Amino acid sequence: MSTAIEHPTYNYKVVRQFAIMTVVWGIVGMTIGVILAAQLVWPELNLGLPWTSFGRLRPLHTNAVIFAFGGSALFATSYYVVQRTCQTRLFSDKLAAFTFWGWQAVILSAVVTLPLGYTTTKEYAELEWPINILIAVVWVTYALIFLMTIKQRKTSHIYVANWFFASFILTIAVLHIVNNAAIPVTAMYSTSIYAGTIDAMVQWWYGHNAVGFFLTAGFLGMMYYFVPKQAERPVYSYRLSIVHFWALIMVYMWAGPHHLHYTALPNWAQSLGMVMSIILLAPSWGGMINGMMTLSGAWHKLRTDPTLRFLVVALSFYGMSTFEGPMMAVKTVNALSHYTDWTIGHVHAGALGWVAMITIGSMYHLIPRLFGRTEMHSVNLIAVHFWLATIGTVLYIASMWVNGILQGLMWRAINPDGTLMYTFVEAVEASAPGYFVRLVGGLFWVTGMLIMAYNVYRTIKRNEAISQQPAPQAA
Amino acid sequence: MNNLWGDSLSSFWSAWIIVITLGTIAISAWLLFANRKTDKTPDSEGNVETTGHAADEIEEYDNPLPKWWFQLFVGTVIFSIGYLILYPGLGNFEGVLGWSQEGQWEKEVAQAEERFAPIFAQYQEVPIPELAKDQEAMQVAERIFQNNCAVCHGSNAQGGYGFPNLTDNQWLYGGEPENIVTTLNNGRNGLMPSWQQLGENNIENLTQYVLSLSGLEHDEDRAEQGESTFMSVCAACHTPQGTGNTALGAPNLTNDTWLYLAPGQEVADSIRQTLRNGRNGHMPAQAAYIGEERVHLVAAYVYSLRFND
Repeated sequence: MSTAIEHPTYNYKVVRQFAIMTVVWGIVGMTIGVILAAQLVWPELNLGLPWTSFGRLRPLHTNAVIFAFGGSALFATSYYVVQRTCQTRLFSDKLAAFTFWGWQAVILSAVVTLPLGYTTTKEYAELEWPINILIAVVWVTYALIFLMTIKQRKTSHIYVANWFFASFILTIAVLHIVNNAAIPVTAMYSTSIYAGTIDAMVQWWYGHNAVGFFLTAGFLGMMYYFVPKQAERPVYSYRLSIVHFWALIMVYMWAGPHHLHYTALPNWAQSLGMVMSIILLAPSWGGMINGMMTLSGAWHKLRTDPTLRFLVVALSFYGMSTFEGPMMAVKTVNALSHYTDWTIGHVHAGALGWVAMITIGSMYHLIPRLFGRTEMHSVNLIAVHFWLATIGTVLYIASMWVNGILQGLMWRAINPDGTLMYTFVEAVEASAPGYFVRLVGGLFWVTGMLIMAYNVYRTIKRNEAISQQPAPQAA
Repeated sequence: MNNLWGDSLSSFWSAWIIVITLGTIAISAWLLFANRKTDKTPDSEGNVETTGHAADEIEEYDNPLPKWWFQLFVGTVIFSIGYLILYPGLGNFEGVLGWSQEGQWEKEVAQAEERFAPIFAQYQEVPIPELAKDQEAMQVAERIFQNNCAVCHGSNAQGGYGFPNLTDNQWLYGGEPENIVTTLNNGRNGLMPSWQQLGENNIENLTQYVLSLSGLEHDEDRAEQGESTFMSVCAACHTPQGTGNTALGAPNLTNDTWLYLAPGQEVADSIRQTLRNGRNGHMPAQAAYIGEERVHLVAAYVYSLRFND
């Protein structure tokens, strides 16, 4: 990389690396998602091969979008934000480089082992024990770099974005290590140290907090920097950020049992999961309000700035899915929605609408600055990407709502004699149109990501062209 | 409560859960009330002054918490406390309503029984051959079949690899009403032992002999050599003629029905595989699951399949 774009104070190299990989893994992860969506419409696309079957590609998709795409985005933005808001360089360049290459090694191991069928069978924690150890080492290094950078800050206050990043980094370390505690049996096989219901509870304590800390707290950190920065407005309320931050991280920890309603989990644990999920509504919305209200006085910028549009629409989807979540955690609603496509729709309202959109908005702000420019190569292409992403998300979640409620109602419908009105396969058949619409939504998304890749490529390229020109002579 | 740790929680853990649950809710409420108001006065646009510190040029206003958001938060806290009084949640405290998921399930099952039992009771006394011709009854029976049996035997009841076809006239355990009822109520375990110890040569001879029983193409010499082995090893269950025995569920080897013939597989290969490795067919017992009254209806449905052609 050209030294002309090296920042005198900050380590931008690792940020650039993670930012580029965010785009790359976004395309890879979402393309696998589209393949899976297509397999649900045309099962022949499993190709009759074990490596390309739905059961093996599905964890590859989730790992790629959450940990490769989302993870790279979080590394890039947290390293950027912590440096800029603490006015100091990262604690260690070497360790930062280790986290980049270590994290990419984790992802490549996932790309190889998951299709080969190595899995712990724990959702979002499928990787086997040697890879888990690598993740733990990389993550603890990440925590060390981040916290030491904050410690060395040259500012009096720790900015709110850094609270969220720090809580996300610390909590993920705890969650990952506790949930993956296992006894190795062979080089690529291990058994969980927990048994039965306790194993399930630990898994969903991890699983829901992966959503709560990785996909919510981390991305709220992103939001708290890039929304006020792009809108050029002060954050709406400092005290709101205090209240919702502490309430969010305290209450999120409890929400996991709502994944295990009406199971062998004791009644009391189920109830606590539900109750805490409902209390979580206001703390979650605190972040949305603080982001949205930050725009007051700057709404007109949405007309001309598609990057800001990404950030604002992300907040809208965030608000919507954090309302939907507590609602689905209510036992009576869950009895209908659980095990249906509604859950998949809910996850993607968060994953596409919130996580991916806030990431993309942040990247469109970040990438030109990392490469010594003020703007992306084409603002129009950002606008095109925005519409593709928005329409894609709406198609995805609307079709899964329809499918989910359809499935829930079909499964419980009974005849006057008490027999079930529909067989399982009839509900699958009825879901086919929804699966097709979802596939179309996914194609919108991947198309948008490819446009982003082109735009990023041109942005970087033009910078190189500029920096290769001879410097003008001073008069 | 008979759950997570096998029994109700010990006093310590129950108290622990109550304390940390109420503590979390109390701290949330305290956070909310303690930070509700700001001492700064809003300007003409309603914004209060900033906190005075900036991070990378980002300033922060110190606006008070939005009223509706504050009320929403208080509302969810009040709801939660109410819920924890009414329902189980606080350790061993079972809640004022005495609700449990097991209790809810038992109540719903009892209600369903009360509502639907008369429908099935009316068919219970009708003999199966007669019931099999009652179209209305067979509609009910078919739905029970589709929801419980079709997963293995197929929605058209024609079976599949390892799952018997119920529409032909071949019956492993007999096709009379009482046989079908017994199969459904108690299930069946069809065990064909492995004969690997006979050696590959004998297995090949037996294979050719079994092929000859149903008139399929076979090696005459080997079949002849296989006959004596068949008589000493196989005939006990399959009978010397190879026509099978419904008392044991030993299949008839003289017809063209092959339960374990995979799609596209040669019959000879399937026989070799059976002889080498044995087979273990399992029909689960249904009486405890759907009840004898529904079994009676399903038996009539299976019996009725012989009338369709």
